[in-house]
Amino acid sequence: MAATDRELKAAIAATRFGLGARPGEIAEASRDPQGWLKAQIRREGGDLPVSGGETAAQRIADLREFQQQKRMERPAVAATGTGQASPEQRDPVKLAQKLLRDDTQVDFLSRVQLATATPAGFRERWTLFWTNHFTVAAKNLQTATVVGPYEAEAIRPHVFGRFIQLLGAVETHPAMMIYLDQVQSVGPNSLLAQRAGQVRRGVGARLQPVVQRNLGLNENLAREIMELHTVGVNGGYSQADVTEFARAMTGFSIGGFRGPDEQAGVPVFRDLAHEPGQRLVMGVRYDQRGKDQAAAILSDLAEKPQTARFVCTKLARHFVADDPPPALVARLERAWKGSDGDLSKVAEALIEAPEAWAPQPAKFKTPYEFIVSSYRAAGGQPQAFGQVGPILTALGQKPFDPGSPKGWSEDADAWAAPDGIVKRMQFAQGFAAQAVQGRDPKALAADALGARLTPATATAIARSESRPEGFALLLMSPEFQRR
Amino acid sequence: MTAHSPSPKGHSRRGVLAAAGAFGLSLQFVATQSFAAAEGGLETKKFVFVICRGGMDGLNVAAPVGDPDYAALRGPIALQGEALKLDATFALNPALSATYALAKAGEARIVPAVATPDRARSHFEAQDVLESGANQVYGASSGWLNRTVDSLARVRKVSALSVGPTAPLVLRGKAPYASWSPGKVVDGSARLPTLLQDLYKNDALLGPALARGLATEAMAQEAMTSVAQMSPAQAAVTPAAMTQTSPMQPAGMAGQAYQRQGQEAARKLGLSLAGFMREAGGPQIAAVSLDGFDTHANEGAAQGQLATRLAYLDAVLDGLHQGLGPEWKNTVVVVATEFGRTARVNGTGGTDHGTASTALLLGGALKPGGIVGDWPGLKPSALFENRDLAPTLDMRGLFKGLLHDHLGVDRAALDTTVFPDSAAAKPVTGLV
Repeated sequence: MAATDRELKAAIAATRFGLGARPGEIAEASRDPQGWLKAQIRREGGDLPVSGGETAAQRIADLREFQQQKRMERPAVAATGTGQASPEQRDPVKLAQKLLRDDTQVDFLSRVQLATATPAGFRERWTLFWTNHFTVAAKNLQTATVVGPYEAEAIRPHVFGRFIQLLGAVETHPAMMIYLDQVQSVGPNSLLAQRAGQVRRGVGARLQPVVQRNLGLNENLAREIMELHTVGVNGGYSQADVTEFARAMTGFSIGGFRGPDEQAGVPVFRDLAHEPGQRLVMGVRYDQRGKDQAAAILSDLAEKPQTARFVCTKLARHFVADDPPPALVARLERAWKGSDGDLSKVAEALIEAPEAWAPQPAKFKTPYEFIVSSYRAAGGQPQAFGQVGPILTALGQKPFDPGSPKGWSEDADAWAAPDGIVKRMQFAQGFAAQAVQGRDPKALAADALGARLTPATATAIARSESRPEGFALLLMSPEFQRR
Repeated sequence: MTAHSPSPKGHSRRGVLAAAGAFGLSLQFVATQSFAAAEGGLETKKFVFVICRGGMDGLNVAAPVGDPDYAALRGPIALQGEALKLDATFALNPALSATYALAKAGEARIVPAVATPDRARSHFEAQDVLESGANQVYGASSGWLNRTVDSLARVRKVSALSVGPTAPLVLRGKAPYASWSPGKVVDGSARLPTLLQDLYKNDALLGPALARGLATEAMAQEAMTSVAQMSPAQAAVTPAAMTQTSPMQPAGMAGQAYQRQGQEAARKLGLSLAGFMREAGGPQIAAVSLDGFDTHANEGAAQGQLATRLAYLDAVLDGLHQGLGPEWKNTVVVVATEFGRTARVNGTGGTDHGTASTALLLGGALKPGGIVGDWPGLKPSALFENRDLAPTLDMRGLFKGLLHDHLGVDRAALDTTVFPDSAAAKPVTGLV
């Protein structure tokens, strides 16, 4: 490989495959750009952010305890001291809510800190792709407290394993089951539903308020598994398939929902809630009993060629272009099928694909990618949630909350709206003023973009009238905004 | 990160506008009143499209409380006497109090059984069809409001605005549009905007986007000033207030406080958008997205998840109505969603993805009248696939009628380019 070609490839490796170059990173990658990327693939999966360390089950149990105590409506214990105390200090309920929200902010900050500091940017980008593919959005306090643990427990360990392992871990994780309403789904002909019916008709009036409410099927998770996680919306399933799959999924839930003596928040399979009988999904009959039935359907979905096509297309779209080259998709599909869905083999195929190394960057950075790569270009790390949370919300990418199970958009058109560009510029102005710290923006530009730096941007930075202005120009340059 | 103090009026904003002018785009915002046409002309007409994402449950928005099957299908989430009665059959969710007042004044109507041509019950596919205006998914990569602007631009000056930090598909496409969301004021004294416009001069994506963003930001300052003049209570929207509208919020007393703040922020959003639209040369067409309507569990009736979302919607609409003032008589607002929800309550106190839903029409330009389109009823035999409210009207026909009668969009363009291959979807006429 000629030196100049290798330098361009190193810049592409760090910015397109990775999360943006930290000072010195492109130089390191330039010895062997593809080898540098492949060395980031590892069986044990993605890195774990350094956070509070609580599990999803603990978070769910904490929240339930908080809600129960709140319901008891004990008069607030007056805190010592008055006057100066904030509402949180005076009111224990508010204090507990604040603590729960703080957990989520710590989770998010530690995830950004990992992304800004890791020397293995490709590994983290690969991981983030899967968190977005299997979105759990922080749509309320309960989901917000479990998104961080969900990523750590269900996604990060499996991103270089087989797809079926990742799929199984995700769909039975408490966070996903809460987010897409699986925890409450009960087979209409299950023993649990029948007993509830008897109680309602009988004299067990005291139990009535507990068991009567909302006892039946919810098809939300089953539909999104098919539409968003596996075969895709054109994957050849019908409404009847969704409903049948939802019936098979009944029984998967978490402790603390409709069951005594269970540890709150722990995933459980409840035979009593499972819809009995065989199921017909996408032309295949499933006569397994209990949890094996849904497991067999999930396994079949994972192995379908539509799933390989759908997920590989999304990978190519994320890494290379909004409208990805068909040859690249085909290459990834071959790696998928040839390895039984081994995601490390798919990652290797992506790194080896010539289509992934086109000199022109086709992807416009999402706000998260822009903010993370700005910190990486400065060689810094955010120290507080307030440094990254509000700006991401303003740019349309609210922390942990894509707003729907489809996850964040991959389309440049969605992110390059006029308002978004102006707000990026405002961020760049403020960030550059704080982050440049006496350094030469020309050197920062060479470090951040390497051979991708264009003469026009280099000239504009050289002519800038201040260091912050030069650094802001780098962050807002067309080549830094893309990858 | 940093607090940009608003720069002194005049010099700096002129600098920004002059820089934006290099792209020939700022004119649409700084056009003087001399461009405005005679009172009541097509040039004064305004159109706002509000997208409620997630599949809004029409049967609990404008509930058919007089339909004999409604209460049984809906069980615990059926609206009852507390609903706001429109006629013998329909009543609005109590969360829609401002909308109800407009309906009583003949300035709001319901379209109770409307749907896009899509039947897949996928949010994302259905939203694409709703916004692209195509007769099937992946039928178009631009939005029908963008193609409306494109069509109108051939005959008169027209501009469009999307509210929010990202651009919805309905406004994406080759015709230029502005976008805006509440935020900091641009520091116009810095050189960066001008330097960047130079750096972006050959960039087809970033160049026009930055120019339009700067022009809109300059206009936002004007609009905020006029909003503030209308009423001291209607101050500028703050980012902090806006983040409260999103649903990361606890229940109980604190939840109610959040909800009130969210409603106030939503109202300010409506007021701010109205302020833009009242500016000389301001947008005549605007799109707003609200999310959170995917009520699979614990949907509630007069109170609960759906009602909370509807209260936000009502506040945006109220803000628009108040803020537009005398321009309300020239305005039509359409509220629509990608699909309705199952007619029956599901096993978890919510509803699953369905087919037809309710659209709301509001505006002083509307003719008074009853429901728009037919009501299919909720008898088991009348339900679509024994599951969903059956559509009696193609959403595109509704849009086409309004775009033609209100904005003067060419009939042939509506049938072919704005809504491709849609001649079969007849325009609903006589609404304005």
